[in-house]
Amino acid sequence: MLKNLEDKESNVESWGLPEEVRNVDEMVRLYREGKITDDEFRRFRLQHGMYGSRLNKDYTMIRIKVPAGILTPRQLERIAKLSEDYSIGSAHVSTRQNIQLHWVYLDDAPMVEAGLVEVGLTTRESCGNTVRNVTCSPFAGVCMNEHFDVTPYAKAIARFFLRNPICQNLPRKFKFNFACCDEHSYARIADVGLVPAVKVIDGNVVRGFKVYIGGGLGPASYLAELLEEFTPEDMLLPTCIAVIRLFDRLGDREKVHRNRMRYLVHDMGFAKFRELVLKERSIVNLTKSVLVKLDIRESKGYEPYRDDIEFKPFNPPEGFNRWYKGNVIKQKQRGYVTVLIPLHAGDITARQLRALSDICREYSLEGHVVTTPWQGLAVRYVKEYRLVDMYRALKDTGLANYASSITSVVGCTSTTSCNLAITNAHRLAKEISSRLVGLGVDMDDAFKDTTIKLSGCPNSCGQHMIATIGFFGAAVRVNNTLTPAYNMLLGGKVGKENSLGTIVARVPAKRVIDVILKLIDVYRRERNDGEGFASWIDRVLAGEGNGIKDINALRLIIEEAARLPSADEEPEMYTDYGSENRFIVRTARGECAA
Amino acid sequence: MILARQVLSEPEEVYKRIKDRDDDILLIDVRRNEEYAREHVPNAVSLPLAKVIESTNVPTLLELFAGIGLVIGKDNKSVVVYDDTFGALAARVAWTLEYLGYENVSLLAVTYSKWKEMGFEVEYGSKSRVSTSKVSNKNNSLGVTVTNTNVNKNIIASYEYIKSIIDGSIMNRGSDTTAKLLDVRERLNYLDHHIPTAINIPWKAFSAEDRVLKDKTEILDILKSRRIEPNDEVIVYCGSVGTLSGLSYYGLRLVGYSNVRLYSNSLKEWRSLKLPLEGFKDAHYWDLSAE
Repeated sequence: MLKNLEDKESNVESWGLPEEVRNVDEMVRLYREGKITDDEFRRFRLQHGMYGSRLNKDYTMIRIKVPAGILTPRQLERIAKLSEDYSIGSAHVSTRQNIQLHWVYLDDAPMVEAGLVEVGLTTRESCGNTVRNVTCSPFAGVCMNEHFDVTPYAKAIARFFLRNPICQNLPRKFKFNFACCDEHSYARIADVGLVPAVKVIDGNVVRGFKVYIGGGLGPASYLAELLEEFTPEDMLLPTCIAVIRLFDRLGDREKVHRNRMRYLVHDMGFAKFRELVLKERSIVNLTKSVLVKLDIRESKGYEPYRDDIEFKPFNPPEGFNRWYKGNVIKQKQRGYVTVLIPLHAGDITARQLRALSDICREYSLEGHVVTTPWQGLAVRYVKEYRLVDMYRALKDTGLANYASSITSVVGCTSTTSCNLAITNAHRLAKEISSRLVGLGVDMDDAFKDTTIKLSGCPNSCGQHMIATIGFFGAAVRVNNTLTPAYNMLLGGKVGKENSLGTIVARVPAKRVIDVILKLIDVYRRERNDGEGFASWIDRVLAGEGNGIKDINALRLIIEEAARLPSADEEPEMYTDYGSENRFIVRTARGECAA
Repeated sequence: MILARQVLSEPEEVYKRIKDRDDDILLIDVRRNEEYAREHVPNAVSLPLAKVIESTNVPTLLELFAGIGLVIGKDNKSVVVYDDTFGALAARVAWTLEYLGYENVSLLAVTYSKWKEMGFEVEYGSKSRVSTSKVSNKNNSLGVTVTNTNVNKNIIASYEYIKSIIDGSIMNRGSDTTAKLLDVRERLNYLDHHIPTAINIPWKAFSAEDRVLKDKTEILDILKSRRIEPNDEVIVYCGSVGTLSGLSYYGLRLVGYSNVRLYSNSLKEWRSLKLPLEGFKDAHYWDLSAE
């Protein structure tokens, strides 16, 4: 049995290259010897997944690229060991489904690289102005609504663009996202987002995509627009190449804060850009070599393992039912389920990574885990009747946290590691989550479409623009005291009804939880029968609320809940989470312009 | 001058010597008494770490070892020490023996759990070999003059010694100092505070998944990345009593670094004396830990 699984793992695709370990070794050495400049080194290290650490040049963050979010048990174990030896003993899952190792001593980077390459992983192009990690819905292949499994396409796109000369020096980073279906889609916040579609052509069912172009979150966010109703499968690659070529040619390389493709698309107007893409695509089709094609390797499918039998565990352990309700999702393959493993703002210890790799080997038929865009993990193809045992195993290692949408709070790494951060959104995300779980909010179906996401600055790594309740860090003067605070947004969402949040108020960091609880309170008073929290927010934003009619009325309530006592009375209300000292803003140059 | 001696003993070799009824090997189990009493490596004697660190008084320590049948200054058995805590407890005991002047000591290359997992025989129950309590309080019970040994002062560092080194190196900061302080605690603890000038290599970076120490080349790689050279004097410390740093001590010895000292009282003492510390305060890195 074990042997068998190891064989499965040895077939794992290798994204890494041994010679890149040598390059990293050489460049770090040259940099330390002062033979290359900061700027020269920055470009190289970003291309190889080394991101600067907050206000400390001796350390680096190493971002491991995880195409389509797929990680094998052996890879998890290796990440565990590397995190203990060279990082902080925990690893971090990012909203773009990467794994990050923080506070790595710069000179250890070659050893980390070597350890990653050995198990097939790479850090190549996980940072820098190139095609970043190709993300993919964690439900791709198991989603009830999907037309087909996009995983092989996501991996093929990742394979095609990795180290490809056409995207080594783009004006700015470039993000692909593959959705499983409209409902679970994050496609419209990517540069190119792809949602599977099928069409009957001449009596044959043809696979294709809805291609969305020009989206992205940041200080100015845009939702991607649909290129055409249906892009057949064989047009996927030419379309992607065309978009990248246009961006490379026309994108802004001067204005640091406006060089993502979404600005190009927005400034030009989508209709014009669309025209250019279609034209460029015909040129690509006419001129590209027949050898240029996607290498699509279909994933192995699995048969349902037995007929419907209602799953009814006898005398389940404490907490099981609550966990089952929030964490277990039925797959389109009858008898199999996907188990969500929420992490506290994406953080997981080395010990948990090892335990998870054992659990994955034991319970997952497909034998790997996937990372999720909400900083969590999922184990798929679990036989439902084994859930009680699996729950126990997860609980033993602290990985059976309840996974409702509202309590899976996202928080970027912010002041724990990032140069750009103003506030400690990471810690605040953890605090919000544990408070809401403590109150049992995860059990209330009214919040099943509600999300809370935080970023420590306007750059939106925490994806606050697509949260029902979003926050991004700021520094404001309250009662003449500089105070860590958040701009609060309401009404953002991904999926079919994709929309960006509306900024409604500023809230001091230490009042964020109070404001969230207040909103929940008001909702419970104001809702219509059967109306969920997210729908109520939309109704208020549309000015159609009941007692609290519109956003202005709601803002008054929020501002009231956000008010601080004087700094003399309660000085700790003016400090940030994780700090005892007076709040100061310290930021350094970001890595954007490298 | 310390000669290059064996730092690790392979389980196969140890087991063979046990099977051959070799009297020249003495296995010391430093786990807790009750763990030893349940099961242990055949022929091992019990000497829990807690007993060894109870006193720093040399005669007391000599008696303690005499109690398990090891007369320092007279015997020359191959002593092999093991634990079930990554080799760190074993390392601290082995280092103590070296400090007392006993040189023929090594660490079992694997932990007790691994020994079992590898399928090597174990012995159940407590035997008469656990004789420490009987002998340890009696003076000269074996008729040996226990004070007459050569304590090896070259492998220990006191806080005064470290102070003198950092005072020197702070003044010369930027120039190459040959004495280097090595903090082997985990990264976040190190970032938070450490003895001024200390370099950080978390102890786990020397320890392998299934052996108490990694291969030489891997240990050398990380030492190289910290610019710690074979001729440097290296002083290792950890958070409490020199166990984890004891393991790092043997990591350095394994790769042939000969001038290594253990600050056995480690940060616990340094902090209690309110001696200077430095740290990095510009980030909330603690909040990244999932612990």
